[in-house]
Amino acid sequence: MEVNLIGGLIGGAMIGVASVLMLLLIGRIAGVSGIFGGALFFRAVEDVPWRVAFIVGLILGAVLYRQLWAPLVIEMQVQGPMLVIAGLLVGFGTRLGSGCTSGHGVCGIARRSKRSFTATLIFIAVAMATVFIVRHVVS
Amino acid sequence: MSALLTALITGVVFSLGLCVSEMINPARVIGFLDVLGRWDSTLLWVMVAATAVTGIGFPLVTRRNKPVLAASFVLPENSEIDARLIVGSVIFGVGWGLAGLCPGPAIAALASVSPSVLLFVVAMGAGQWLASMLER
Repeated sequence: MEVNLIGGLIGGAMIGVASVLMLLLIGRIAGVSGIFGGALFFRAVEDVPWRVAFIVGLILGAVLYRQLWAPLVIEMQVQGPMLVIAGLLVGFGTRLGSGCTSGHGVCGIARRSKRSFTATLIFIAVAMATVFIVRHVVS
Repeated sequence: MSALLTALITGVVFSLGLCVSEMINPARVIGFLDVLGRWDSTLLWVMVAATAVTGIGFPLVTRRNKPVLAASFVLPENSEIDARLIVGSVIFGVGWGLAGLCPGPAIAALASVSPSVLLFVVAMGAGQWLASMLER
């Protein structure tokens, strides 16, 4: 695919703005795996509503984009059992490692957290190695 | 109420960002991760722009004593690079590389009402539950 430089920069800035707004207004880190996991397996009930509202917003945003702007292009790369395995690994890994691309990547790096910087380098490197094995070794 | 509305609106803006940058499309993400294929740098530009905004915004925000609509900031305090962080990030990396989906795009992609996306998100929840069992 052609590089989408403009879309990438504008979209990335929007993700950054959303993260700054969340910290400024409600004092939370916009880490999607943590917000999702906390909504499902909460420690305190009063912690659930804002997490659910954020998740509803994530879905609503994509609905608005589709209705007002352009169709959603979502080309799934795996199906069936492999998709389930990938989902399990993403859920398990982000919980164990306390974050994903948003929490460690976008927010943690901005907080100059060594933990987040380390996590981000590891999951990007491992994901690249995984794609290398799947695309260039196995097939 | 205003805190809930804030969470909803930040979710919408975050999601629009994922759509505009096409990070909601796993093919784009795999294109970035496939460094030895036809490398697609889009994800890099997303990260550059996002961390530029948060990198400037976060220090300004945390100068405040408290957030606008809540009693205090809730920030991670653990600063130790431990085995859980490393092993968890490795496991997440494998799953991300297989599907090209991480939690944000996967949840936003539920808007497509695709059964495969739903299956992935349910599996992701199950994976989180399994890991939370280890926390006890």
